[in-house]
Order: sequence, then structure tokens, then C-alpha cells
Amino acid sequence: MPEQYKLILKHADSPGYTPDIECYQRHGGYESLKKALATSSRTLPDGKVQSSQEVVRDEVLKSGLRGRGGAGFSAGLKWSFVDRRSGKPIYLICNADESEPGTFKDRQILHKDPHQLVEGMIISCWANDVKLAYIYIRGEMPKGAKLLNQALKEARAKGFLGKNILGTGYDLEIHVHRGAGAYICGEETGLIESLEGKRAYPRIKPPYFPAVLGLYMSPTIVNNVETLCHVKHIVAMGSAEYAKLGTPNNTGTRIVSLSGDVMKPGYFEIEVGKVTLGQLIFEPNFGGGLRPGRSLKAIIPGGSSSKVLKAGEVFKLNRKGADGQMTKVDVPLLDLPYDFDSLQGAGTMSGSGAIIVLDDTRSMVDSLANLSAFYAHESCGQCTPCREGSLWLSKGLHRLEHGEGRKADADYLTHIAQNIQGRTICAFGEAASWPVLSFVKKFRDEFEARGAADEAARAKGSGSAKVPHS
Amino acid sequence: MSFSVPPALEAELVELATHYPQKRSASLMFLHALQEHFGFISREAVEWVAQRLGLQPINVYELVTFYPMFRQEPLGKTHIKVCRTLSCALAGSGELRDHFCKKLGLDPHHHTPQTTSDGKFTVEFVECLASCGTAPVVMVNEDLKEKVSATDADRILAEGGSR
Ligand SMILES: Cc1cc2nc3c(=O)[nH]c(=O)nc-3n(C[C@H](O)[C@H](O)[C@H](O)COP(=O)(O)O)c2cc1C
Ligand code: SF4
Ligand code: FES
Repeated sequence: MPEQYKLILKHADSPGYTPDIECYQRHGGYESLKKALATSSRTLPDGKVQSSQEVVRDEVLKSGLRGRGGAGFSAGLKWSFVDRRSGKPIYLICNADESEPGTFKDRQILHKDPHQLVEGMIISCWANDVKLAYIYIRGEMPKGAKLLNQALKEARAKGFLGKNILGTGYDLEIHVHRGAGAYICGEETGLIESLEGKRAYPRIKPPYFPAVLGLYMSPTIVNNVETLCHVKHIVAMGSAEYAKLGTPNNTGTRIVSLSGDVMKPGYFEIEVGKVTLGQLIFEPNFGGGLRPGRSLKAIIPGGSSSKVLKAGEVFKLNRKGADGQMTKVDVPLLDLPYDFDSLQGAGTMSGSGAIIVLDDTRSMVDSLANLSAFYAHESCGQCTPCREGSLWLSKGLHRLEHGEGRKADADYLTHIAQNIQGRTICAFGEAASWPVLSFVKKFRDEFEARGAADEAARAKGSGSAKVPHS
Repeated sequence: MSFSVPPALEAELVELATHYPQKRSASLMFLHALQEHFGFISREAVEWVAQRLGLQPINVYELVTFYPMFRQEPLGKTHIKVCRTLSCALAGSGELRDHFCKKLGLDPHHHTPQTTSDGKFTVEFVECLASCGTAPVVMVNEDLKEKVSATDADRILAEGGSR
């Protein structure tokens, strides 16, 4: 039976573990920072000399670490895109906006082990010549913001932060910046605008890639809380050891947030790809299965924006055979390893690592109506397809949910969603469309039956008096 | 009502502004601090922030209207935010909000923030609070309450009633 593997959450839930620096240091805290700062430069076989900072950046690249915020992009590669010749300062921002529905993993780190994040950030900043960095924490975590401020103060007092860190001559300041309740601040360019004191309107890419034209039009690194914590462990373990955790191309551990219709919702840290979706939901040491008498209906596998998976689905995934050849194999839903590539192979994504389980008592119409109301509320309003489309989707679903639907609504919803995705400034457009496209495609019967029943009720005159219109 | 920012708060804000190479960046943090102190963001507060940060009032006002946490009128002493999003909805957050509304004599069909006439409570639906594993969740002022049952809700109301 697979077990949790606690790297990031090794101490967080231990009895007596507190978020102060003394406790953190008693558990080996800030030793990785000292190790990083003491890294020596090295000469590569081709005669090129790598500075100590380049060595650490190279370690992060070789570790295979992929971003834990949503896109799963290589952290080392992202760092390599940073424009280091512009002459402008380089900024680093920790994305602690955690607002993708279903996700509650960064919350654990921020509230229980803030110094781990601070240490990961200091190392990341040093490796990237960053002198000023921010933690953008969502406004609804006031306690988290206070804990972080306290942690930064303690780190400054101990010489881990501020001027001339540990006598190396390196200066760094980190500040906490609070959001104010808008989901779109999680999108990195929206976040940057918000940090500049503006409405969080995402920027169009190209040209505004953060690595080149980010905060104050300077090169900027944006990484998720969990991603930055991993940097500390890569330095501590070395990239080769770290990469042994997890599976090839899906290295390390990741914290999975599990919610919805399971007996034991919660967060579980696993080696990426070593535990399947089925085990996460059904094993007693993970989700503990469904409520008595219920059966599985659907899984939203990577935050509310990911495409839904239907119970009983079988996917064709690429597998490397013993002879090194790629072959297609059939993998049933519950046997999907929980990692970036398998979920992508199944036509969805592991996104923010948040699994929401729906059992057979749930209506897919009502569940989608709930999610679409979220997107309608959170669209920043810059792009017409997203601003209008997300509202139309939500209104259409509201009608269907409240007995005023039509059989043709399934097509109507699909049509709108198709006209949002790919036509917007930021990936929110996809986030709003994908749930609709996948719910309707995979549960079309349910959507049509609901609409047809409403039509029949109206024809009999017993339904709602209101005639729906689109 | 005259608008005046106490010197201690002002000193705090002056320090906050130094966290950023461009002052405008401090506007969200200024608004948070003023809302915490005054309970809401008044027109005077908008103008004060604009003046301190070298902005036009519209640059600040457009933040107040964009970010859901900022509000332009005073709310109840106990501010109850019930999470509306999927995992909490599956765990009964809709019924929970109705429960709060009914007990307080508010309209459960009304979706924007509602405040009781005695100014003691405001009830509102908010989006995912990043605690879906302990659904349904509620924020009572700055505190997160997890796995909130009807009994817990009544306790929240009793505590708020004596505030
Ligand atoms: C609509 C939207 C919301 C997002 N919300 C978050 C969020 O709450 N937290 C987060 O870390 N990343 C979020 N992201 C992803 C960020 O844009 C960015 O890719 C991420 O912070 C990069 O960090 P990583 O490479 O370490 O994953 C969001 C993206 C989109 C399009
Ligand atoms: S896609 Fe939506 S959220 Fe993104 S910039 Fe356009 S309107 Fe705003
Ligand atoms: S859905 Fe309520 S906290 Fe996430």
C-alpha cells in the first residue's frame, strides 16, 4: 500500500511544532541556506566556469522540479529565461494567492511552517541575484500574513535576511503584500499589476513575459509557495537524490488537496506519480473511500479549472517499455498515476494538485452551475469573450439548475465555451471554459435530460411560467 | 464625521510605503490598513491615500470597486463570510448561509452582503477560502471556522450578539 512521503510537511503537523524561528532551527532550519551560500564555483568539462549561483540554478534545473502553482512548468527552465543583461533589477515574487477552488496546500505551509518558505525564497533570490522580493498572500489569510511578517522579522534579526546576509555581502529584502479577494491575482501577470497598486488586469504575452517585462517592467520570477519550498530541499539533498523521489519527468513530492465526497478529505504529500488517483481516493491512509452506499461519479483532478474525469473512463497513455520503445497502453481512471504527465495524457491536468470527488448522488448540472458562478464572479472583465461569456455560461446554467432549461442548452453552453477558450488575454478563459466543455461532453445525457424535463413541464403548463431565452 | 488618521497609523503607513520602489504599489496595503481602522473605505479615505501616494483619487477608487474585500459602507461588528464554492456547497454551505440569514432575519435569496439593522452582523457568500478539506468553512472577522455545523453557527451568532 502506498504511503505519504513527507518532505515539505515533514514537521508541520508534528505535535509541539511551532512557526517560530527557534523551533525551525531546532529542526535543521536555515542550514540549507548556509550550504547554498557556501557553494563553490565549478569548472565544467568544456572549460566553462559556473559561478556558485549558477551551480545552484543548475541544480534546480537538474532536479526536474516543476512548478506546483498550476502549469507544471520546469522551475529551472523558468529561471533560465530571466533577462540578466537588461541592467534592471531582478525581482522574485512568491505566489501565495492560493485561490483555485479545491486547493488548500499553501495554507498549511504558510500557517504552520512559514520559515521553510522564507528559507526557500532566500536561496532562490540569492541564486538569481534578486535583492528585493515579495510574498503576495491572498487577502483572506490575515493570520498567514502576520505569521509571515513575524517570520521575516525573526530571519532579519538572525542575519538570514537584510543587509550582508551571514557576512557574505549579499543584501536581500522580502516584504509581504496582501491581496484583497480577487482570484485573478493568482495569474502571474495579474498579480504583478496588483503588486504595482493597480487593478489585477493580466498582461498580454507576448510581450509581457515576467522573465523579461515583469514587475516595474523588470525581469521577474513568479513561483508558487510549494515550488519555492522545494528549492530548499534540492539544495539540502542535491539534485540527483531529489530526482530519485517521484517518477521520471515528475520528480519530487507534491501536496495533494482532496475534498468533496470522500470519507477523509485532507491534504496528503506524495511522491509524484507513485500513488494513483484511485489510491488517493479509496485507501484508508488517504481519502478513505466514499460514504457508505455511494459510488463514484466524477473526479475533478487538478483544481476547478481542470477538465472533469468520468467514472469508468479508460485512457490511452504512452508508456516506455523495457526495450525503450513507446507503446500505448490502456489505463483505467482509478489507475492513473497522480502526476503531471499522466493527467495530461488523460486530457486534463494535475493543475494545483487539488482533487474534488463527486459521488452518484450529485447532479453534474448543479455542480457545474456552482463552478460557473465562480468564474462569472471572478473574470477581471478585460476581454469581451471572457467577461460576457463567463456570465452567459453562469446564467444558462442557473436556468438549467432552476427548472427553466431547454434540451438545446447542452449545445448552447458548449458553443459559448468554445468561443472563449483561446480568445483571451490570459488562461482564465480556458479555466472558465474547460469545466463546461468537459462536463457537458462527458455527461451530455444528464444535461439534455434536465433540459428536456423542463421543456415537458412547461408544455404541460406545470413548469415555471417564465419562458427562458438566450 | 471628520476624517483623521491617527499618528501611529500614519507612521506605520509611511514605513509601509518604503517597501516599494514605486509608491503606488502601497495602495492596496494602505486601503487594508484604513479599512481595518475605520471599518470601511470612505471617499475621504480614497482621497487621503491618493494624496499620500501621489495619485489621482480615481486610481484608488478603482481599486475599491475592483477588489471584493474593500467596502464602501460600514458592515456589522461580526462579519460572517460563508464559502459558496463547490467543495463547501457539497458539504452544505448553502443551507448554512440560509441558517445564518434566517436566524438574523435576513433574506436568504439576496446574494450581496447584508447587514442586520442593529449593525451587529453582516452575512455574505464568498468564493473558495482555500480550506476545502474542512468544508463547510466560514470566516468570522479574521478567524477561519472549519467544518461548521448548525450548532457551531448558533454559537457564532451568540458570541457575535454579545460583541
Ligand atoms: C486564472 C489563474 C489563476 C491562478 N492562480 C494561482 C494561484 O492561486 N496560485 C499559484 O501559485 N498560481 C496560480 N496560477 C498560476 C500562476 O500564473 C503561475 O503560473 C504560477 O504562480 C507560477 O508558479 P510555479 O511555476 O511555481 O507553479 C494561476 C493561473 C491562472 C491562469
Ligand atoms: S481572460 Fe478573463 S480574466 Fe483573463 S484577462 Fe481576459 S477577461 Fe481578464
Ligand atoms: S470550496 Fe470552500 S474553502 Fe474551498
